[in-house]
Amino acid sequence: MSYTFQFRDVFAAWEFILQGVAMTLYLSAVTMVLGLAIGVAGAAGRLYGPKPLRLLVGAYVESIRNTPLLVQLFIVFFGLPSLGVRLDATTAAVVTLTVNLGAYATEIVRAGLEAVPKAQVEAGHSLGLSGLQVFRHIVLFPALRMMYPALASQFILLMLATSITSQIAVEDLFHVASIIQSRTFRDFEVYTVIGVLYLLLALVFRGGFALLYQLVFARR
Amino acid sequence: MIREFGWIDVLYLVLAMRWTLALTVTAFVGGGLIGLVIAVLRVSRVWPLQAIAVLYVQAIQGTPLLVLLFVFFFGLSIVGLPVLPWIAAALAFSIYAGAFLGEIWRGALDAIPKTQWEAGAALGLGFGEQLRHIIVPQAIRMAIPPTVGFLVQLIKNTSLAATIGFVELTREGQLTTASTFQPFAVYLTVAFLYFLTCFPLTQWSRRLERRSYGPA
Repeated sequence: MSYTFQFRDVFAAWEFILQGVAMTLYLSAVTMVLGLAIGVAGAAGRLYGPKPLRLLVGAYVESIRNTPLLVQLFIVFFGLPSLGVRLDATTAAVVTLTVNLGAYATEIVRAGLEAVPKAQVEAGHSLGLSGLQVFRHIVLFPALRMMYPALASQFILLMLATSITSQIAVEDLFHVASIIQSRTFRDFEVYTVIGVLYLLLALVFRGGFALLYQLVFARR
Repeated sequence: MIREFGWIDVLYLVLAMRWTLALTVTAFVGGGLIGLVIAVLRVSRVWPLQAIAVLYVQAIQGTPLLVLLFVFFFGLSIVGLPVLPWIAAALAFSIYAGAFLGEIWRGALDAIPKTQWEAGAALGLGFGEQLRHIIVPQAIRMAIPPTVGFLVQLIKNTSLAATIGFVELTREGQLTTASTFQPFAVYLTVAFLYFLTCFPLTQWSRRLERRSYGPA
């Protein structure tokens, strides 16, 4: 092995790398909020909606979960313009990631809501609580606690998956890496450094989610 | 030359699926071997071995697959291997699958009650014998549904190999788009082909899950 590793040029671009990190965090944060909203709406539609709506949500979830994110991204960014919908790269990325996460979140939220034992709901009704009161006081909190770990891992997977948006030239962390690579030709070094950064981000996310769990759920 | 997106292109896309499936199978076999080792290390009672397995899983699961793919692609020349997308993809996807399968299978092994291990020990079986004759046969039933579920993830994720120029389904779609300028039709077809492959597996995984846990 006669290769000399050289990280200097990579570290020299640290400000540029930070911009990439900021974009990755932005994409993750926006998508988490919007995707979770879709997930809650989707789960409600699938569990309590009329039959056509249930079928529609089912079709949405299955079509998203059985096709690759990269292809979804290409359909939205390269395909939709032929229908007259022209989105810039970042918007296309947010839309695709949100629609993608929404499908997974729908399944997670639905499973959480279903996991609350029926007997507890019936107990609530027999105490004279209304449907909404039962949902708020009996179903919601245990369901949230049950879906939390799955949601947290899905969010981390999403954060890592934002790297795929670099393929439509969104200037996220991975895209920054490819630009540094083309300037310095230090390809192996660049991608190793970027990989470590993603790993750190994943650890921070995991730690943050664990802390939030302790604060919200552990003491009750 | 620009031409219409026609049946011949669809045929080429279908043929390109061979490489999607070839990469999936390679990664599943390679990842399965790694995953087996990782799962056994995790349930071993030697803490340094456990630590190695944990580090491996955490590192791989915390890194985007795209980064793994590029590190391997550009790392090949450093260790003196030929820079072929196929080799880089096979390595990166095996290592990726190894982390996820290892974690899934560890979960299945952990789910077997401790008393089963103890019963084995009481009969005078060693660690390997307990694992092979008592724990694994019971754990396999639990491990199959999530393993099939991961297989779907793997098939979808092989699309990322397109980014290093490995001509599988998605890359063939990009090439078709370049010559027909009909990205919407092409990528919808590509997505549909993935769906045709993945959806039956998803349904199968779900059915297996219902069978092993009973109706909800």
